[in-house]
Amino acid sequence: MDHGYAEGLCRGFKSGILKAADYHNLVQCETLEDLRLHLQSTDYGNFLANEATPLTVNIIDDRLREKLVQEFLHLRNVSYQPLSTFMDYITYGYMIDNIVLLITGTLNQRAINDLLPRCHPLGTFEQLGGITIADTPAQLYTAVLVDTPLGPYFKDCISEHDLDELNVEIIRSTLYKAYIEDFYNYCKEIGGITAEVMCDILAFEADRRAFMITINAFGTALTQDERFKLYPTCGYLNPDGLQELRRTDSYEGVRDVAARYPVYKSLFDGSGTNLGDKTIEDKFFEHEVKLNMNAFLRQFHFGIFFSYLKLKEQEIRNIIWIAECISQKHRARNMGDDMMSYNGGVALAMKGKECVAIACDKRYGVQNRTIATNFTKIFQYGDYCFVSFCGLATDVSLLVVLS
Amino acid sequence: MGTSYLTIGGLGASVGLLIYAGLTYMLTNYGFRFDIGWFLLAISPYQWALVGIALAVSLSVLGAALGIFATGVSILGGGVKAPRIRTKNLISIIMCEAVAIYGLIMGIVISGSISSFSATRIEDLALKYRAGYKLFGAGLSVGLCNLFCGVCVGLVGSGAALADAQNSSLFVRILIIEIFASAIGLFGLIVSILQSSGSNMAD
Repeated sequence: MDHGYAEGLCRGFKSGILKAADYHNLVQCETLEDLRLHLQSTDYGNFLANEATPLTVNIIDDRLREKLVQEFLHLRNVSYQPLSTFMDYITYGYMIDNIVLLITGTLNQRAINDLLPRCHPLGTFEQLGGITIADTPAQLYTAVLVDTPLGPYFKDCISEHDLDELNVEIIRSTLYKAYIEDFYNYCKEIGGITAEVMCDILAFEADRRAFMITINAFGTALTQDERFKLYPTCGYLNPDGLQELRRTDSYEGVRDVAARYPVYKSLFDGSGTNLGDKTIEDKFFEHEVKLNMNAFLRQFHFGIFFSYLKLKEQEIRNIIWIAECISQKHRARNMGDDMMSYNGGVALAMKGKECVAIACDKRYGVQNRTIATNFTKIFQYGDYCFVSFCGLATDVSLLVVLS
Repeated sequence: MGTSYLTIGGLGASVGLLIYAGLTYMLTNYGFRFDIGWFLLAISPYQWALVGIALAVSLSVLGAALGIFATGVSILGGGVKAPRIRTKNLISIIMCEAVAIYGLIMGIVISGSISSFSATRIEDLALKYRAGYKLFGAGLSVGLCNLFCGVCVGLVGSGAALADAQNSSLFVRILIIEIFASAIGLFGLIVSILQSSGSNMAD
């Protein structure tokens, strides 16, 4: 009840999330300029108005994320305890991602100035720039991270091993496990509707991570016990499911473990590894979106702020996916009419008074190299039918031979 | 966590002290000192009546304030992205305000029944005490009823504002719920008028 303003504002933002009709329009777009035009009529408005004309997917991604960060920070600025602590907890996840990004970048000899702009703006903290100086996790902790909010999460992964590629992923998973369990306990402490809504969402997130770690670890050097240490314990799988997951060796084993929990059983049953099926990651995303939408059905709790952020992120992923598809289609247009695509050509047909005429060029070329000028592209089929094919020359030859 | 330890500690200490005091009185044969009847008679009827007025007004205003707080912030928050809701939802605030007005009315009515008396015989004094208790009861009933009514109307009004921001056809339906909610404040007013009607402290 205390946070009515922030809640009202958040619900207002949520009502601007794109609906099915908006996605329908976006999918019909041919170019990124069309995409920009369609986004203008939604809640996004003129956020791309000042961009230079060769619009790329990266620019769109940056602007979308910037807008989301602006909205989240505005909500954070108008909130006070305990909502402000809750929103700080949400940002710790992004801090973990930024730390891992910087460590990996340093390992690959990238300059700090290249890496800092790629960090997620919600996860910045003062000591972020100092991460690159550390060599081992212990050094990282004592020199840089002990004063940050992530300090307590580090005690499980302090070791004297050097930071290398595999180790960094294990650090990320360990940090995230500590973070999600801490967040879960904090939500339980707040109690009330927040605890009900958030603990459900966080438990699903924990189980999803356990499943994905298991599936992705098949075939790598990660042993079963090391894997087990990375599973977050605040989900519904704890403790029996996690023990079972530790012992599985194959995707079928994971499916069997999931079969004992009705919700996960339905997710795994709906997915498959064939071409047309949805993958298990897609099903997990769908379920997460459903849980987040349900959070908005109840009033006077903090879960809507978390859910709003996640739903907006999913929307950004959707828009970028559509933008990528548009730009790919642009680059590999159908191997047909455009000369620069491969062969190309032009055909013209006209109806006159009791006659028809059809004409085409006889050029055979490969993009801008002309090879021959006697390539026939008009063929007669029956007494009254002439057809002209101007597409890929091999396809034309095949059609002619077949007919 | 520190504050809850403090409150539990304080609560435990005071309960312990009360039990200790009670046992001391009882076991040393001074139990008669704990006399509720004496307590009720020692307080003058004026005190009862005036505390009744205070409760009537203050608890009603508290309920209205909590209600207006709950509704007001939701209207502000929802009004940022949906400015059309701002004027229509002031009806919810008016309904919360009505609750405070009930308390004001009862305060005036009760204070009209108070007047000085100079009775000395026990039969007359008994009537004055009766008036005092009745006025106290009237004030308490209207105060508590309006407290809960105000909070209820406020929470429903908050829901109405947020629902209106999403879908304008919902506002009128939720307003009906608010009307039922404000009816319970009216019940408190009616009962309190009945209680204070027969009482008169004049000689």
